[in-house]
Amino acid sequence: MSTTTDTKPASYTPVAESLGAVLAAGEKPKRPSALSASITFGWRAMLKIKHVPEQIFDVTAFPVMMTLMFTYLFGGAIAGSTTEYLQFLLPGILVTSVVMITMYTGLGVNTDIAKGVFDRFRSMPIWRPAALVGMLLADVLRYVLASTTIMAVGLIMGFRPEGGVVGVLVAVGLLVVFSFAFSWIWTMFGLLLRSEKSVMGVSMMVLFPLTFLSNVYVDPSTMPGWLQAFVEVNPITHLTSAVRGLMAGTPQASEIIWTLVAAAVLVAVFGSITMRRYNRH
Amino acid sequence: MSDLAIEASGLVKVFGDNRAVDGIDLAVPTGTVYGVLGPNGAGKTTAVRMLATLLRPDGGTATVFGHDVVREADAVRSRVSLTGQFASVDEELTGQENLVLLARLLGHRKPAARGRAAELLDAFGLTDAGDRLVSKYSGGMRRRLDIAASILNTPDVLFLDEPTTGLDPRSRNQVWDILRIIVAQGTTVLLTTQYLEEADRLASRIAVIDHGKVIAEGTPGELKSSVGSGSVHVRLRDAAQRLDAQRILATALNTEVALEADPVALTACISGSDTDAAERAARALAELAGGGIAVDDFSLGQPSLDEVFMALTDHPATQSDEEVAA
Repeated sequence: MSTTTDTKPASYTPVAESLGAVLAAGEKPKRPSALSASITFGWRAMLKIKHVPEQIFDVTAFPVMMTLMFTYLFGGAIAGSTTEYLQFLLPGILVTSVVMITMYTGLGVNTDIAKGVFDRFRSMPIWRPAALVGMLLADVLRYVLASTTIMAVGLIMGFRPEGGVVGVLVAVGLLVVFSFAFSWIWTMFGLLLRSEKSVMGVSMMVLFPLTFLSNVYVDPSTMPGWLQAFVEVNPITHLTSAVRGLMAGTPQASEIIWTLVAAAVLVAVFGSITMRRYNRH
Repeated sequence: MSDLAIEASGLVKVFGDNRAVDGIDLAVPTGTVYGVLGPNGAGKTTAVRMLATLLRPDGGTATVFGHDVVREADAVRSRVSLTGQFASVDEELTGQENLVLLARLLGHRKPAARGRAAELLDAFGLTDAGDRLVSKYSGGMRRRLDIAASILNTPDVLFLDEPTTGLDPRSRNQVWDILRIIVAQGTTVLLTTQYLEEADRLASRIAVIDHGKVIAEGTPGELKSSVGSGSVHVRLRDAAQRLDAQRILATALNTEVALEADPVALTACISGSDTDAAERAARALAELAGGGIAVDDFSLGQPSLDEVFMALTDHPATQSDEEVAA
């Protein structure tokens, strides 16, 4: 499958001595631990970013756009002033943006897994979920980057979290943990669906209702009863409340626990479906 | 322990209503090259993927050094390496990064992984290209990197799925040389190919696969003697002389001579040893000249996969492709 080439004519001649030497030197080390294999796969994702740095646009430019757009669009109408609204909106926008960019995980898995190199990974004696866990670990760094960007923009625009540095850090930590768990939905779809386009389509179908039908943009008490019922069980609502509480210096234990339990359930359900698919692929 | 590296019996894989692999038996002796020969869609890749633990068989069993490919998949994985049909290297990384990554996954610490990568790049003539992205590599370089990756830990069994398909003759020869060296070091190689020549040059035994079944098995010599050791192709200048030419050739070669669709072409399969075949072909050419028949082109070559299939199955190897085209 030769496609491109920019090389001079191959002048290589295999030499028995040097090949024989590398073969003889191939002693077998101990197989790596699950964690070390996962970290190695995370390193692979980092290398890809190093070679194509443009791919972090989605975690920098997109969240900035979201924050600016929604603050100035809804601020005056909903809270009377954009600075007022920002205190309410920013934690929610942070949650929405980071949860939205989790969908790139699905796209990545879908395009990556179709390549021949995954055949090699899967024929190696390593902890099976390592390839996927590694990809998600690298994505965690992307989530941190996105969160940092949004917080910086927010602070410039006038967001003043009462919870201080610790509150903000814990809030971001909780968000990142939840997003890691949430990503397993996309690894599942990435393996289940046949094209990048369909992964994109399904991502939108899931993400739009989840993020908009929540308490991110407006107070749910203004919504009709049936919608409030949905908003109440939407994990994004609980995550947003938890993040808001932490940033405002009034942490709500119940919301934090709710979020962590939701994260555990997401990993248990979608993580195991993903692995079953991955093994059969 | 038996002296078989790979043993498969009644292996079956079904995709929908397509029985891609339909009861394959294989016995691959340790330390040899075993060729699996067949056209596109014959089930070669599917069979290899099952043996390399990538696909779960729907029926039958297979073992690699006595380890079941389903129940003891991890034990199998620690002894085999796979070079897939589409280069199993990461195009978005450099050659060096690919090898370091895989060495790390095999458990080498970072300095050892780097050292190993450098050694392999050197042995495979890729040191200069080591810092370039694999997407910029030529087909031959990619294949070499791929094989280098497969021997990071010297495997006991190396699966190679069509290692030379799409390569130019020079790169193909390099791959062949590399494989001979690897086998000489004791690794068992299972190789799939569409080319009889490749199987003949490398393999000590060959299984011919068609529609998911083994239709012939044996040493290249046995296989060729059942098919004919050589095939003579003749093109005449004048189509009107073809029947005369057919008669002369049939006598000289002592075999049946077929008329091809091309009105000036004839072919014949001849059996016997290679030197014997060459002698008879030379005699036949002389007799054509003696009979006043002008020849444009005369060649003696190994039977093509198509001819092997014609002989074994009475249908051409490319049949499935034609069906697709129609």
